[in-house]
Amino acid sequence: MTTTTSRRKRRVGLRATITHTRVITKRNMLRNIRLPQLVFFATVQPVMFLLLFNYVFGGAITTGTPVGADDYIQFLIPGILVQTAVFGSAQTSLGLTEDLAAGIIDRFRSLPMARSAVLAGRTFADLVRNVFVNTLMLSVGFLMGWRFEQGFASMVLGVALVLSFGYSMSWVMATIGLAVKSPEAAQTAGFLPIFPLVFASSVFVPVESMPDWLQSFAEKQPITILTNTARSLMLPEESLPLLGLDRGTLILQSLAWTAVIIIVFAPLAVRQYRRAVG
Amino acid sequence: MYAVEAVDIVKTFGEIRALDGVTVRFEPGIVYGFLGPNGAGKTTLIRVLTTLLKPDSGTATVDGINVLEDAVAVRQHIGLAGQYAAVDEYLTGRENIEMVGRLYNLSSSDAKARADEVLERIHLTEAAHRQVRTYSGGMRRRLDLAASMVGKPRVLFLDEPTTGVDPASRLDLWDLIEELVEGGTTLLLTTQYLEEADRLADRIGVIDHGKLIAEGTPDELKDQMGGDVVEIHVHPEDRAAAAAAMARVDGDEPVVEGNSISIPAPDAAQTLTAVVRELDASSVAPKDIALRKPTLNDVFLTLTGHKAEDEVAPVAARARRGGRS
Repeated sequence: MTTTTSRRKRRVGLRATITHTRVITKRNMLRNIRLPQLVFFATVQPVMFLLLFNYVFGGAITTGTPVGADDYIQFLIPGILVQTAVFGSAQTSLGLTEDLAAGIIDRFRSLPMARSAVLAGRTFADLVRNVFVNTLMLSVGFLMGWRFEQGFASMVLGVALVLSFGYSMSWVMATIGLAVKSPEAAQTAGFLPIFPLVFASSVFVPVESMPDWLQSFAEKQPITILTNTARSLMLPEESLPLLGLDRGTLILQSLAWTAVIIIVFAPLAVRQYRRAVG
Repeated sequence: MYAVEAVDIVKTFGEIRALDGVTVRFEPGIVYGFLGPNGAGKTTLIRVLTTLLKPDSGTATVDGINVLEDAVAVRQHIGLAGQYAAVDEYLTGRENIEMVGRLYNLSSSDAKARADEVLERIHLTEAAHRQVRTYSGGMRRRLDLAASMVGKPRVLFLDEPTTGVDPASRLDLWDLIEELVEGGTTLLLTTQYLEEADRLADRIGVIDHGKLIAEGTPDELKDQMGGDVVEIHVHPEDRAAAAAAMARVDGDEPVVEGNSISIPAPDAAQTLTAVVRELDASSVAPKDIALRKPTLNDVFLTLTGHKAEDEVAPVAARARRGGRS
């Protein structure tokens, strides 16, 4: 029996890790397509938000941007992309906690697979889902009169920044989900930080309309930064001064937020994962 | 080399000593059954042996590989089916099995071929293209079993493979498990069903309160009872009188379960005769009286003072065996 101690410890190689991540991503994507409630949250719900905000509140909100008084949709689309990407990240905590509850994570852990593939595969699948939802929102928005004013490449860059931010939020949600463990608790705990962040931001209204104390928070927090970055890449040139910061600064700040959130929360999520299953 | 060797495993959860120094070892090619009631520590032990849980102390090897030091290598050589069917509801049976194959590091085409093979073996080929949520409970268990076999494990772990399934599916699963181990797969299973351990296991470890309290072949365990058992069935109104009569023969409280009362019969026919005489003296006419071989249920009662299956222990049994629980 002493031979066991001299045996070289087996690790999962990089190629295997990539394969495992792909397999788990594919599995999660199939679930995203096949679960009726997930399809609903990825299609009907965000479109409903878009329609309601535009047609119910749109007329009452003065955006202050010179894109035309009836053009709330131009203001709304970049914001609602951020909102859907951030709401979509809640899917990460839900998916992980459901797998925990169903014993799927135990099965994965008993297999000779890369442990990181479980979290990576989850967040990648949710990123793909967000790409789909954002594309859907842009298509519906286009039918409602939204236009990108700074060329296709700028618009795509804006969407890419928003999606990257959504991806970073997936790691926040993974951490929360693995901390609370049950799918029900994850849903509540996940939306607790999201709601104030999304609504106390420039997503739906200009922050100038908020009371001073709130405004000083709202104008600096990441969701406003991301929203204004997307706006700086989609609204016509003459609207940009109203965003407060110039485009370059906004893009840098967006990238910085995304990077910092991933750097902080990815290790936290991994630690919570080890704890949740140990 | 042992297929599984666990030495002095201790695992506590807060105040609870789920495993209180368990040592067990067995050679390849056999079916080893852990028998014990709910909460005895069976699942905890399986989780330690399958690398899902680190024990507080103790060492373990599976297929000669150290579980604590070389978890990835252990995982390549084991299969696990947990207490609930850990299969994905929204994937088809085939997609589930192929996914597990890929995670066992099979190539895409090997995973497909292997999926065909195991689905055939568990008789799920016809339903393989359907999403698992359309499956019955028994089918899910079979699929879970299939998933645990994909990696051609040297040691297969089944944690309560038939808990919560209907009796017909249970018989199905037993047949299936017997087929699987015909090929010489080493199997470690846990169960709270004596009948299951008796039927499937070559060796049984009886586990209770985190300790291994007895070990042996089913026959050896039955021999620990010291021979046969006299069991009588009586009308409900005769129960008290009959129990008293049996107690006079045995010199101790009998085991009463419903309307059946039993005592050990070390002297077989002589004990039986004594029982008949005492019953007659008490004017009790039994519906049925028999000298029978002890079952594992008797063994468990003798060892632990409570029944193995998930029921409240009969008061008489608890009083008789005194204080183990």
